[in-house]
Amino acid sequence: MLMSIDSISKSYNAFPNPPAKVLHDVTLNIDAGEAIGLVGESGSGKSTIAKCMLALIKPEDGAITYDGIDVIHAKGEELRRFRREVQMVFQDPYGSLNPRMTVEELIGEGLLIHKLEPTAAARRKRVAEIMDMVGLNPNDMDRYTRSFSGGQRQRIAIARALVIRPRILVCDEPVAALDVSVQAQVINLLQDMQKKLNLAIVFVAHDLAVVRHLCEKIVVLHKGKVVEQGSRDEIFGNPRMPYTQSLLAAVPVPDPVAGRARRAARRLETAN
Amino acid sequence: MRTVHPMPDQSTVTPLRPPLVTVDKLTVDMPLGRSGASVRIVDGVDFSIGVGERVALVGESGSGKSLTARALMRLDRLARLSGRVDFDGTDLLKLSDRDMGRLRGSSIAMVFQDPMSFLDPLMTIGDQVAETLRIRGIGKAEARKRALAVLDELGVDRAAQRLDAYPHEFSGGMRQRVVLAMALVGEPRLLIADEPTTALDVRVQDQVLDLLDDVSTRRGLAVLFITHDLGVVAGFAERVMVMYSGRIVEDGEVASVFAKPSHPYTQGLIKAVPRIDQDLNTLYAIPGAPPPPLARPGGCPFHPRCDQRFERCDKDLPMLLPVGLSRVACHLHDGHQHDRKGA
Ligand SMILES: Nc1ncnc2c1ncn2[C@@H]1O[C@H](COP(=O)(O)OP(=O)(O)OP(=O)(O)O)[C@@H](O)[C@H]1O
Ligand SMILES: Nc1ncnc2c1ncn2[C@@H]1O[C@H](COP(=O)(O)OP(=O)(O)O)[C@@H](O)[C@H]1O
Ligand code: SF4
Ligand SMILES: [Mg+2]
Ligand SMILES: [Mg+2]
Repeated sequence: MLMSIDSISKSYNAFPNPPAKVLHDVTLNIDAGEAIGLVGESGSGKSTIAKCMLALIKPEDGAITYDGIDVIHAKGEELRRFRREVQMVFQDPYGSLNPRMTVEELIGEGLLIHKLEPTAAARRKRVAEIMDMVGLNPNDMDRYTRSFSGGQRQRIAIARALVIRPRILVCDEPVAALDVSVQAQVINLLQDMQKKLNLAIVFVAHDLAVVRHLCEKIVVLHKGKVVEQGSRDEIFGNPRMPYTQSLLAAVPVPDPVAGRARRAARRLETAN
Repeated sequence: MRTVHPMPDQSTVTPLRPPLVTVDKLTVDMPLGRSGASVRIVDGVDFSIGVGERVALVGESGSGKSLTARALMRLDRLARLSGRVDFDGTDLLKLSDRDMGRLRGSSIAMVFQDPMSFLDPLMTIGDQVAETLRIRGIGKAEARKRALAVLDELGVDRAAQRLDAYPHEFSGGMRQRVVLAMALVGEPRLLIADEPTTALDVRVQDQVLDLLDDVSTRRGLAVLFITHDLGVVAGFAERVMVMYSGRIVEDGEVASVFAKPSHPYTQGLIKAVPRIDQDLNTLYAIPGAPPPPLARPGGCPFHPRCDQRFERCDKDLPMLLPVGLSRVACHLHDGHQHDRKGA
């Protein structure tokens, strides 16, 4: 087990109202090299869990352990190692990249911060390698990101996270803002990286079809609680909880016959 | 309760409905800064929507879906429009601003992706829904009565009590119902829905689709549904039009387009969607990205990304021509003899 999240709870201040508890005793584990999906409707607490995993916010109860590090209380060298080995990619490929930095500066930033390559030449080489790996043209290294498409920006964000060789990549809705055709490119890239680098991926998404495609393990959240977790086959083949079943039944499928039949069946069920 | 539509029998021609809207060679030019220059975003679009027909317009972002729809209602003051938009015998592009204003809401109405940006936070739900009618000179009591009836029809429970509630007291799904009520209270004959479910959860999205489905069937309301989600298209629409780079590249019955897409872009789009009901190893991905309007390639605009392109593709622009019961803009289907060399 690489990371364990052990009954964490989290409240946000909602002044003047009393603090609202948005996570209740959430427990889940991440093994090295596995892709795990966090699904649930809007407001169910997916992003809050992701932020706790990245130590961007602290839960008030429970424990988070990463490879022997007590994440909630980590300091100094331990915290630095955690920050290096657990990386993130967010939804918005436009807001998350500084427009005043070149692609090389953006991707190489982590190498500088974590002092991983001593010379500029060595950094440049690493940046070129990673760009090649994620399907970007290393010749674009000196350009600014303004003129890049959403999909290319998301590749830059992924390259930026991967260049320092993390062991966990936490992605919060990384393809939600992308077009269908480009979405498939990014999903394939993540899948490829997971296998090549034995990378664990935490994939937050409300698109269950994407999650089914990418993740071997799925955690279903509802109102801040884990209602069900299991393997891909368990969750998609034989969901036990009514909430999970209703979530799956509502996903539209791109096939007129199957799509209409699914909707008709589901409406019959709600009518009864 | 809705019935399951069977696949149409391929050997019979589906009866055509009388057209409600006919769009002919529509172009939309948008100004570029203050220089006086402009860029063509919608590049000669032809289509029609039948009375009560549910048509989906799909394509990647930037392909011009929203501007096409907004042109039908002449919503963008800066847009330069040409062509014809015939609505029930009148060319909308020739109407005076005043007449066009009168038509909005009463003949054509529109709902958008983000209900919150459309609702006034300081005005009660009842007043907002009734406003369309008030503008048209309908009395306060009557307008309120009709607003209530529509909210009821759209399944807002305890609608009578909630007429005096404010938008923040409603959930996302309920807000979308309110916005829909605002659009439908004037009893339009065409509803344009621009990605109305994109920002919603799957379960709420599903409810909104059911609702649209019911209203459209009950009222004989035509719907132009804009989306990039092919799953939504398959379950909701009768016909689908695929847009790429400012043009329609395929237009046909949903069942036949999904069963046998003709345009390589449509084929790619369908293959690229991950499916909840199937296991796949690798998703098909269309290489590259859609071109920005200022850098649209010559010839077929899809040619740099097309895995079936051949000689003529980077030279001649393919026209949208009938292929079976559909229309397709691709040299593979234009009836010419060509030696396909592949590229
Ligand atoms: N900074 C904050 N302050 C107060 N409340 C917050 C804050 N961030 C999130 N919340 C609340 O916490 C709950 C969980 O939010 P979270 O962002 O984790 O949901 P999510 O599952 O990621 O939803 P979505 O699918 O919409 O992204 C919601 O009720 C949200 O309104
Ligand atoms: N008001 C506007 N002024 C100038 N260009 C615009 C305006 N609105 C949209 N565009 C441009 O027109 C193109 C098509 O936009 P749009 O119709 O919104 O596409 P879609 O709805 O298919 O995503 C995009 O490149 C967009 O940047
Ligand atoms: S015209 Fe040529 S490039 Fe365009 S879609 Fe057809 S085959 Fe592909
Ligand atoms: Mg979130
Ligand atoms: Mg749009």
